[in-house]
Amino acid sequence: MSSFLKEVNDRMGGVPIQDCFHCRKCTAGCPVAFAMEYNPNAVIKMIQMGMKDAVLGSSTIWLCASCETCVTRCPNEVDIARMMDTLREMAIEKGVAPGEKNLLKFHEAFLSNIKMGGRINEPMMLVHYKLKTGDYFSDMGLGLSMFMKGKIKPISPRTKDMGSVRKIFKSTGK
Amino acid sequence: MKAVSDALGIELQEVDDWSCCGASSAHMTNFKLSVALPARNIIAAQKNKLDVMVPCAACFNRFKSAQHHLEADSVLRNEIEEIVGGKYDGSVSLRNPIDIIYNDIGLEKLSEAVTKKLDGLKPVSYYGCLLLRPPEVCEFDDYENPYMLDGIMNALGADARNWSCKTDCCGGSLTLGKTEIVVRLIDKMMKMATEAGANCIVTACPVCFANLDTRASESGRIPAFYFTEIIALALSLKGPEAWFKMHNVDPRPLLSSLGLL
Repeated sequence: MSSFLKEVNDRMGGVPIQDCFHCRKCTAGCPVAFAMEYNPNAVIKMIQMGMKDAVLGSSTIWLCASCETCVTRCPNEVDIARMMDTLREMAIEKGVAPGEKNLLKFHEAFLSNIKMGGRINEPMMLVHYKLKTGDYFSDMGLGLSMFMKGKIKPISPRTKDMGSVRKIFKSTGK
Repeated sequence: MKAVSDALGIELQEVDDWSCCGASSAHMTNFKLSVALPARNIIAAQKNKLDVMVPCAACFNRFKSAQHHLEADSVLRNEIEEIVGGKYDGSVSLRNPIDIIYNDIGLEKLSEAVTKKLDGLKPVSYYGCLLLRPPEVCEFDDYENPYMLDGIMNALGADARNWSCKTDCCGGSLTLGKTEIVVRLIDKMMKMATEAGANCIVTACPVCFANLDTRASESGRIPAFYFTEIIALALSLKGPEAWFKMHNVDPRPLLSSLGLL
């Protein structure tokens, strides 16, 4: 067994991913497979073959939208959505450059917003995301229109006991 | 949600000092964080000794998932309890309002409360992913062909159209970083809804609502609603008109043409 396969299985728990017999139900039902570098079932085979760099550096693991259609329909109950979560976590830990840079930056902006106030403040989170990506202009008109209509509010209530929220982030290593 | 709950006799109490569940961003990048953030809220809710109503589909999914892991793995539970600073006692029942309205209030009572029958409104019901999947965690409705929201719409006098995209994915959190994927998924839904004879899409999820309302291409798009907006309209509650003004795709021309505004 490749050490990469063992590592993924150990971290996931549950059904070992090599139970997959490549019926491709996951790929057939995946809403974003059309945009993926490797199809979901191909990722399983690549892990079995020990292709660690290719998998962790792929766009596939970041494009997965976590809709969970794959695991719901898998005849062997392989938790592919959890596998994608595990692979993203491993890619971050090993410092592998993400195959989709802006998607990781979105998650970072989202989580750092929670870390600051306990609850999402949409304008702050969006500004942070824009600063991180340098993508200042897309959605500018939409954002402005939502702001004018009162859909996005500049001030939102925060969590009072921020100590407990910060402790969660600290203890889980983020 | 508050207006509809009041009208239907659902008494709400806010969970004390709640914090964000972490949504997709937590579970996509850090498993333990994705259990600890919802666990903080579940543990805070225990002292109220009430069911927890979770309207957002993403929050619902994260809460149910955290509960699933806390109950399945005692080592993880001990660790999370230590991090959160409280004991998980398993007493809290996590419910989505659609399930409460359908099963506890009942369609008969809902239909009796209607003062403005939604004649001419032909919605397709769109449930999305996170209320339904994975089914053994969410325990919500038929996971390939859900029907509760359709039942609610029909009880309000609307004519819910059958269609095949009820449980499709809108692309969720890809909306900022990979907008073109979300546009493609939403455009397909608009096309399928129109083919099914619908004049609007009613959704159970705030993220789906945001994507339906903002990401459809201009040609062929129809208005989207969050389901409580439609209930409030049928019950003649105060509020819907002001909410409709905030939509990106203005639903007022449709509703006016049907005599519902």
